[in-house]
Parts: sequence; C-alpha cells; structure tokens
Amino acid sequence: MDATIFGSDLVRMIIGLIGVIALVSVNALFLIWMERKVAAHIQLRPGPMEVGWHGSIQTIADALKLMGKELITPDDVDKPVYWLAPIVIFLPVLLSFLVIPFAPGLVIRDMNVGVLLILSFAALTVLAILMAGWSSNNKYAVLGSIRSVAQNVAYEIPLLITVMSIILMVGSFSLVDIVKAQEKYWFILLQPLAFILYITCATAETNRAPFDLPEAESELVAGFHTEYSGMRFALFFLAEYTNMFIVSALATVFFLGGWRGPFLPGWAWFFIKVYAMIFLIMWFRWTFPRVRFDQLITFAWKILIPLAFANLLLTAFLMKLF
Amino acid sequence: MLINYVPVLLYMGIVVGLIGSIVLLSELLGKKRHTPQKDIPYECGMDPIGDARYRYTVRFYVIAMFFIVFDIEAIFLYPWGVIFKDLGWFGFAEMAIFVFVLVVGLAYVWGKGALEWE
Repeated sequence: MDATIFGSDLVRMIIGLIGVIALVSVNALFLIWMERKVAAHIQLRPGPMEVGWHGSIQTIADALKLMGKELITPDDVDKPVYWLAPIVIFLPVLLSFLVIPFAPGLVIRDMNVGVLLILSFAALTVLAILMAGWSSNNKYAVLGSIRSVAQNVAYEIPLLITVMSIILMVGSFSLVDIVKAQEKYWFILLQPLAFILYITCATAETNRAPFDLPEAESELVAGFHTEYSGMRFALFFLAEYTNMFIVSALATVFFLGGWRGPFLPGWAWFFIKVYAMIFLIMWFRWTFPRVRFDQLITFAWKILIPLAFANLLLTAFLMKLF
Repeated sequence: MLINYVPVLLYMGIVVGLIGSIVLLSELLGKKRHTPQKDIPYECGMDPIGDARYRYTVRFYVIAMFFIVFDIEAIFLYPWGVIFKDLGWFGFAEMAIFVFVLVVGLAYVWGKGALEWE
C-alpha cells in the first residue's frame, strides 16, 4: 500500500470519527429523552414537559449539569484501574462504528473481518465493567460487576452461535456483504428463530430490562458505576446508550436488510429501522418484570444455547439440501 | 495484509487520546472540595461495614469456566462458517460431529447439575 492511499484512508477515518462522535452524542441525548417519554407514556403520564417542546431539550440541560459536576474519587479505590475503566468501556463503542454501513458507501472502513471485529471488541465491555466494579471499593459495585460478567459471558455464546447462522448464509464477515446478500429476502423471514435469539441476547448483553440485574436500581443503587460521578459517569452512560444503538444497528444489518427500502434514501431507512429496534427494546423494559439471577443463567444455558445450536445445524442442513 | 489494519490502530489511538483527554480535562479543570464524609464509599448513607472486596460464591467461577470452553469452541466454528458455501456434505458432516460433541458436553454439565443455581 503506498503513501497516498494510506493518507486518504487516514482522512476518511478522521472525518468518520468526527461523524461518529457527533452521532454518539446526539443519539444519546435523543435516546435518553425517548426512554423517558416511552416509559412515561406506557405508564400513562406525560414525562418531562418543562424544558423545550415536550421536554425535548431536557437532556441537554441534564448533560450540561452533569459536565459541571465534581469528580469524586472515594477512599481506597484502586486508582489506575478506576481511572481506566471509563476509557476501556468507551473504546469498543467507538470502534464498532468503523464497520457499520449506514448506506451504500457510507461506511468508515468496510473490512472483511467486520463481524469478528465488533464481537471481539464488544467482549471488552465485560472487562471494563469488572474493572469499574472491583476498583470502586463499594459493595454494590462489586455485586453489580460480578453479576454483569456472569450474565454477559453466558449470553455471549448463544449470540455468537446465532450470528454464525447468518454468516453461513452469506459466507462473509463483512457487514456490507451481509446487507448485499439480502437483495431478495430480509433474513428475518428466513431466520425468524435467529432473530428472536439475537434480540434476547442483545438485550442481555446491553444489560437492559428484563436482564438488568447488573444495575438493578432497586437493589444495587446503580451497580458497577455507583461510585462514578461527573464526566466519568457520563462516559458510562453514553457507552450504555450507544451500545443500544450498536446492537440495534447490527440487528438491522443482520435481519432487517440494512439500508434497503423503497422511496426514502438508504440512510433514512437505516435509522428508521434502528430506532424501531430501540423502541422495541425500550418496550421490553416496561413489559417484562426483572428476572431472578438463577433464572437468568439457566435460561441462557438450558434454552438459548441448545436453540442456537439447533438453529445453526438446521440452517447448515437446509443450505446443503437446496 | 497486516498493513490494512494500521489505520484501525491509528483510529484506536485517536479514540483513546480523545476519551483520555475528556476525563483528564474534567479532572484537572474541575474544582474539588474534599470532606471526609464525601470520600467514603456509598453504602446507603451508613459507614461502610468491612471490606468491599469480599469473597463471592464459587458458582461464578464455574460459569466462567464453561464460558471459556464454549467460547473457544464457538470461535472454531467461525472459520468454518465463512467458507461453508464451498464445502460439500463432508464439511457439513464434520461440523455436525463437532457440534454433537459440544452438545454432549453441555448435556454432561447439565446432568451433573452444574447449571443449577441454588
């Protein structure tokens, strides 16, 4: 590879990074507002109404306040680990955007290892949660992080195997190729079971209700980030909401045909599908009660993993048959 | 070609620098008023009892062990999956046997009661 191509690559990456950071911030501001509004309307109350039209700039006010908050480092925290944890949780989030195709050509870098890259970096989140929880010297944080690690690792296996059945049908790890392969049918039609498995695992991986034990507010205060304040807390919060965007974007790419759709431009369809998925995940939160920890673990190992294996073998068998 | 991943590495570098500077700036610019009460770890407003880094149940280690075993096996499936279209029935049969071995392992673990959480 010569220097000029390399240079243009770098420019593309930097422009992409600026775009991603803008997207991440606007997305988080919007999602927090959306979450509060969805929650409110499901419970037949109006939600935030005071700041702006229907409370639409409430989150901006909250964010400004958050930025001005003091950073408290409690006694006896493991300082290097405590400081590193917010960085480690945010790194995989921004890296995942490298390979997500928003529209034809609108991808920072289409790589032939796309799916692997996202899945392997998503695994880093577990590490960050463990770092945050263990270093905080807080009992709630330790409990939250241990639960979170057990949960994330348990749901990662069915997730990997489910995504595998999509890879089988496409024969490529590149997300662009996956969208291109859905020319005729969206994969949700061919792989309905995989879609259900994926959504279940994705909800668990992002620590959303009904699988929100790591940060169960009513028992663990805030879970692994109890001791974080100010900008550090903001990074955890941003990472959480951006992770929601990423799993929904992946669901869109794997099952809902990515940017495909009539009339509107590709990126518009992509965002419509992503936010529809996010709405679905938010809806779960106000529909299902939180599961117990033993239910959570046995559900992953006894139901999801056998189903995921069955789906994989069935896909492979049918592909060889036809 | 490994050179293809150099821009990714650079991107990682920029990202780490960016987040690091956000945290560092807010650490340096923010005003700090320490009080002994503010610096104790939160425990419902009470003085914390004992150390937070306590021992936890061995079941979590068991789950972690299963994870490592199954995760590595899932990774073995990935290279197979990506070239599956070019493989014939032989490729299918081979991986069916591999998955069968995995399922036997899961059934064994299940039968031993290691998945029960009591």
